[in-house]
Amino acid sequence: MNTETVNDAHDSHDGHDAHHEHHIPKGILRWLFTTNHKDIGTLYLWFAFIMFLIGGAMAMVIRAELFQPGLQIVEPHFFNQMTTVHGLIMVFGAVMPAFTGLANWLVPMMIGAPDMALPRMNNWSFWILPFAFLILLSSLFMDGGGPAFGWTFYAPLSTQYSGDSTALFVFSVHIMGISSIMGAINVVVTILNMRAPGMTYMKMPLFVWTWLITAFLLIAVMPVLAGAVTMVLTDKFFGTSFFDAAGGGDPVMFQHIFWFFGHPEVYIMILPAFGIISAIVPTFSRKKLFGYASMVYATASIALLSFIVWAHHMFTTGMPVAAEMFFMFATMLISVPTGVKVFNWVATMWRGSLTFEVPMMFAIAFIVLFTIGGLSGLMLAITPVDFQYHDTYFVVAHFHYVLVTGAVFSIMAAVYYWLPKWTGKMFDITLAKWHFWCSLISVNVLFFPMHFVGLAGMPRRIPDYALQFADFNKWISIGGFAFGLSQLIFLVLIIKACRKIGEPVSDQVWEGAEGLEWEIPSPAPYHTFETPPVIR
Amino acid sequence: MSELSGSNDKAEKADGSPESGRTSETQVPKTRAEAAAENAKTARTLVFVVIGMLGFSFALVPLYDVFCDLTGINGKTSNEAAVYESVIIDESRTIKVEFITRTHSGMPWEFTAQTAEVAVHPGEMSEVAFYVRNPTDRDIIAQAIPSVSPGTAALFVNKTECFCFKHQPLKAGEEALMPMRFYVDPQLPKDITVFTLQYTLYDISAKAQPAVDVAMNNS
Repeated sequence: MNTETVNDAHDSHDGHDAHHEHHIPKGILRWLFTTNHKDIGTLYLWFAFIMFLIGGAMAMVIRAELFQPGLQIVEPHFFNQMTTVHGLIMVFGAVMPAFTGLANWLVPMMIGAPDMALPRMNNWSFWILPFAFLILLSSLFMDGGGPAFGWTFYAPLSTQYSGDSTALFVFSVHIMGISSIMGAINVVVTILNMRAPGMTYMKMPLFVWTWLITAFLLIAVMPVLAGAVTMVLTDKFFGTSFFDAAGGGDPVMFQHIFWFFGHPEVYIMILPAFGIISAIVPTFSRKKLFGYASMVYATASIALLSFIVWAHHMFTTGMPVAAEMFFMFATMLISVPTGVKVFNWVATMWRGSLTFEVPMMFAIAFIVLFTIGGLSGLMLAITPVDFQYHDTYFVVAHFHYVLVTGAVFSIMAAVYYWLPKWTGKMFDITLAKWHFWCSLISVNVLFFPMHFVGLAGMPRRIPDYALQFADFNKWISIGGFAFGLSQLIFLVLIIKACRKIGEPVSDQVWEGAEGLEWEIPSPAPYHTFETPPVIR
Repeated sequence: MSELSGSNDKAEKADGSPESGRTSETQVPKTRAEAAAENAKTARTLVFVVIGMLGFSFALVPLYDVFCDLTGINGKTSNEAAVYESVIIDESRTIKVEFITRTHSGMPWEFTAQTAEVAVHPGEMSEVAFYVRNPTDRDIIAQAIPSVSPGTAALFVNKTECFCFKHQPLKAGEEALMPMRFYVDPQLPKDITVFTLQYTLYDISAKAQPAVDVAMNNS
């Protein structure tokens, strides 16, 4: 309780207390007890980056094993654990916390609020996250190994053919879910209640809009994930039969429940990216976004449609034709609002006075490569051909294009865009360009050939493959190692930036940048907007 | 973000500052306590949504069952014995019914259909038998789970008697013939001329009660 009063003192929003800057605890305690949205944003971003490197290391194990046909480096069971935990870490440990970190840093600054609405819950929602992943990662060292049933943990794989570590997997997912839900509640309350006077909904920056919608998606579907893992837990350990046909359950129902969560989840991982790109493209085009309102409505439509398309992940489960048709057309409908977004960005650049600073390079790479991922998604939506593509590397290529060159590239773009505002110093542009070009080339060497091996029938999640896929897989692995190493450039760059090495930047940082966050000093002071700004 | 300023006098939420002169003139600034109370209220509403969605995830289980019972799309036949009402036998149609048996992995019984397929008219009663043998030296209780393909036919398979309605125990080394009587509802959609009825046998000894009431025709 003692710390609470201390924190209350420097969290005071009253605006009449100018001394609170002096109360910041030093060292580790500052980070443990912090309720400052900028500190928590930094914690989230570092956590996400560390998880990105750990999950990436697992991908390196996968690609090393697949470098040549045959089994040479790891046991198949360990290979399965790597694919599973790689997926879980990248989804719940890297992409989602990175977006939450960006929301923490940026949403209050963008809407003119002094902090998040529920700062103490904010602290908690971050600090339970390391424990969730500690539990998950430690399960890899148990007898029988960690979870090996794929990140989708389909029953009966997870309920009947899994090890004792399933319990740890379930609890870690529970904690991750609680963390995401608390983070989402905080974002919603902040945006609904704490906008500066005059900041109407239709004046909010698109990053705020996309995060508001993402947060509602999180609140709606993370509890469904919690329910699904709980059913897996009771099926496995307490004799229930939710997914056990012998006891009257149905394993296909697992897939319905999982994907009812899972499909909105993939939009949770991409909607904030749309907001980021919608901030960066106008800045470096020196134009207003082509259609602000259409972007807002497109984001909302994507979010609503995401609830009625889940079964396109399950076309091969033997659904009636009518249901397959429904889910096929509903899925294809999503390409309409997504197309609105892509055309919007392109139209924003059209006849703009473009410059190609590093954030803009990542943003343009995002637009092109995310569109490739979107188009392969459209191919997968076509029911009859999905029977061929299902569970092949084509699917792997698709979701890595939307998640790596989509979500991850947008996060990198965001970091390059706002990092000078956070540190007050321009990052090392030479290193950043090396990072960009190495990543761009290697990521395509890594994921583009997966389309070909997938169409030719190479199944995913298998540690071995037929000989005819050997050459492509060699290239894929080389691309993978190169992409992995490229991220070390990013690590060096971030460390340099955090040590405040670089040229000082102006408040606006980028010529053409608009928004409240560019009106405060660089680096952003520990407390901002204690007196609400006036929005014109 | 400047064009839309015409009509924004809708109550905007401000973080309250006691120095009211510094906030926009159109509103009464909230105190810090009022703002906190408002935040807590919104958060509480959202927590209720979370609890509701958690409940919904479990409600999906009965909803799924009801939906599948009504539409039959997951290929499950009814677990209740049907009553054979003297329906008209539609001799103009002949439906081929195929039987497939399989045992779940780890289930050691032999399990075969005495008849691989029958041709029936809709409304006509037929009986088939399935042979089971427990080749192990331990007593095992089995449960058979039916599955009809195409799933849409499942609603029109009416069983008046089926071994799948009950647990089936066999002592070590025992064998048995298990009967199944059924008729096809004449309402069966016209495009279905053949369907497959598959039984999967599960070992449920661990879960089942030791004393199970059984009706079994030992041969």
